Amino acid sequence: MTTLRSAARHSVTRRFSLAAFAGLAMAVSAPAQAQAPMELKIMAPAAPGGGWDQTARSMQQALVAAGLAKSVQVVNVPGAGGSVGIAQFVTGAKGDGKQLMVNGFVMVGALLANRSPVTLDHVTPIARLTEETQVIVVPANSPIKDAKDLAAAVKADVAKVTFAGGSAGGTDHIVAALFVGQAGVEAAKVNYIPFSGGGESIAAILGGKVTAGISGYGEYESQITAGKLRAIGVTAPRRVPGLNIPTLKEQGFEVVLTNWRSVMAPPGITPEQRAVLEDLVGKMVKSPAWQDILKQKGWDDAYLSGDKFKEFLTFEGYRVRGVLVAIGLVR
Amino acid sequence: MDTFALLAHGLAVAVQPMNLLFALVGVLLGTAVGVLPGIGPALTVALLLPITYKLDPGGSLIMFAGIYYGGMYGGSTTAILINTPGESASMATALEGNKMAKAGRGGPALATAAIGSFVAGTIATLGLTFLAPWLVDVAVKFGPEDYFALMCVAFITVSATFGDSPVRGLTSLFIGLALGLVGIDRLTGQARLAFGVPELLDGVEVTTLAVGLFAVGEALYVASRLHHTTETLEAVRGSLWMTKEDWKRSWKPWLRGTAFGFPIGALPAGGAEIPTFLSYSTERRLAKHPEEFGHGAIEGVAGPEAANNASAAGTLVPLLTLGLPTSATAAMMLAGFQQYGLNPGPLLFAEKPDLVWGLIASLFIANTMLLVLNLPLVGLWVRLLRIPQPWLYAGILVFATMGTIAAKPSVVELSMLVGFGVLGFLMRRFDFPIAPVIVGLILGPIAESQLRRALSISLGDPMVLLQSPISATLLAIALLALILPFAMQGLARFKADAD
Repeated sequence: MTTLRSAARHSVTRRFSLAAFAGLAMAVSAPAQAQAPMELKIMAPAAPGGGWDQTARSMQQALVAAGLAKSVQVVNVPGAGGSVGIAQFVTGAKGDGKQLMVNGFVMVGALLANRSPVTLDHVTPIARLTEETQVIVVPANSPIKDAKDLAAAVKADVAKVTFAGGSAGGTDHIVAALFVGQAGVEAAKVNYIPFSGGGESIAAILGGKVTAGISGYGEYESQITAGKLRAIGVTAPRRVPGLNIPTLKEQGFEVVLTNWRSVMAPPGITPEQRAVLEDLVGKMVKSPAWQDILKQKGWDDAYLSGDKFKEFLTFEGYRVRGVLVAIGLVR
Repeated sequence: MDTFALLAHGLAVAVQPMNLLFALVGVLLGTAVGVLPGIGPALTVALLLPITYKLDPGGSLIMFAGIYYGGMYGGSTTAILINTPGESASMATALEGNKMAKAGRGGPALATAAIGSFVAGTIATLGLTFLAPWLVDVAVKFGPEDYFALMCVAFITVSATFGDSPVRGLTSLFIGLALGLVGIDRLTGQARLAFGVPELLDGVEVTTLAVGLFAVGEALYVASRLHHTTETLEAVRGSLWMTKEDWKRSWKPWLRGTAFGFPIGALPAGGAEIPTFLSYSTERRLAKHPEEFGHGAIEGVAGPEAANNASAAGTLVPLLTLGLPTSATAAMMLAGFQQYGLNPGPLLFAEKPDLVWGLIASLFIANTMLLVLNLPLVGLWVRLLRIPQPWLYAGILVFATMGTIAAKPSVVELSMLVGFGVLGFLMRRFDFPIAPVIVGLILGPIAESQLRRALSISLGDPMVLLQSPISATLLAIALLALILPFAMQGLARFKADAD
């Protein structure tokens, strides 16, 4: 039943998205190259503008610029942290070796929280591409100077320490819960105030409405450089080159997490098709075009493929479930 | 003054022939996509990003600004002519604008929209130039409780203003609030009223609701009446151009609309919807001929149109000074900035003055171009109304369906469009106002999350709503707006009794 419905939905989708995006595909595809192997379609399971969309469009740029693909079409299927997109991808692109989907850390939690019938076990993992460290900040005039001060405040009265960040159950929420847990308080007690995206939380932090803010480093970067926000710790496993911010780990808090983004292939493809796609992505990440994009966007190269990536996915799934159960978002 | 020198320099950057061309392309594209419901300026900027990768940063950002302003204007053209607002910001315009168009006054409606947009855009851009750093300090002082109070003002003025009776207005508002509950709760991540349909997890799309209620509902209603009355649409009655009277009735609403649009647009969670509806309600209250409202009052077009363009400029305040995108299009422009390794924020003005002032100057240029482009087109647009009714409405249905599919390709979305169309038909048939439904859908979820955020921060103490001076003032205004009409009525009756 579900399959039937999704299949019908997909055929409609495909026809119209083709019509809508044909113009774009024509406009951006490089002049046809004889050796260029294929015409790809990449799904960004999110609205235009967000991280996954930017990743998909960056892949489009890099693949075409490096001559690895004749043309690349990006399709947006927004909804529910990627739950809508992955469901469509699994049924609609099954066995198609010319389609890819971008996803990342946020999807792991979203699929669990939405009790999605489709999980990451249903797709074929290709590679992890990028990662970004999360950062905890406080307003510049806050008495809290480092992670220890914040932990002390949490210990004194956990309800009074408000954390602002992105949507409930997302990366920021998980960081807040992990930190509160590390400070020695029950993670479920975290007073987390979700905003729609890290950007909107900036105003609340600058206005002193909340104690601390959590987001990807990029979102707070300009405020930190301008001295309006104080960064008290990043969640990277070790110091990030170029950032003069101590990790939470070195301050004694085992809060290690990066917001990674990856690319997946549909289920049911042959090992040969999988090898072709892995090879394609492997070549892309080494191309100068991709490296340029990483530099521009401030993304860290986190390329990981094959079985190691599969193991990593399993580990993250297990860990995220643990945190979400602890904070009561998943039963 | 330093700002003038910088602005003059910025103008010099913006009037370079290449940059003028970018502004022109942007304005044209923006108008085109604004006309199609669903394909908003945000999607266009997203599609253009990879193409502009090779261009110089100044030029492409100027183009994006053109798309933004153009989109705002294009949306109102369809709102006025065929009652299909291309964007949520032009919904208030459809209310009176379409009535004017049906009465043969489409020309003046389009003209007051174009000129009002120009006036408001220009004043707001000046505001952006001189007040941005100061405004942003005020804006961050707005806490969750203050936003909640602002929403209360909007709810009350809107439901009390629309429709023949407050009860009908409130009924519509609550339909909207109920629809606003659908989807994942932002604060706890739990799904509400989604019935296991993944497409519903993100809630009801505003454009789907608006297009369904306005365009599809209208088409059904017209179809149901077609054989009862032969309503003849006069494409043009009287002058195509604004009369002296029109000017006199338009200029104050333009200014008041700007006064609503710019500051609310500059708030990090302000948006374009509240100011347009507040402006509409205000004009209706202040109008010398309130009986004309609902039958095509020019004030009801002039005010909201000015408000939506002013808020577009206001949105750039938090974007440029805080790096805070407050609308989908602003988020795409932020992505555009980052593509060139620029980080909007407090340092942008100091680090890249050329670019910032070039952008601000190009907003002036884009505004002027919009006016020059659109005024001569008014005559052409109005001819659209001469198309025989069945054809016109069939076209509108195709248009509405295409737009919805382009925005969210799914069967569920289309079924919702049809469902809302039927709802719109019934509401028209039984005389319930439509606008409060949309206001409820847009503002309900925001009001809810802001209230819950405020209570979460205050550890559940509701007094936080009265302790903040901003919130207390706004709530007092809301209360007055609620009581005043009844008090006046009572007073009038009392006087009548005394006579």
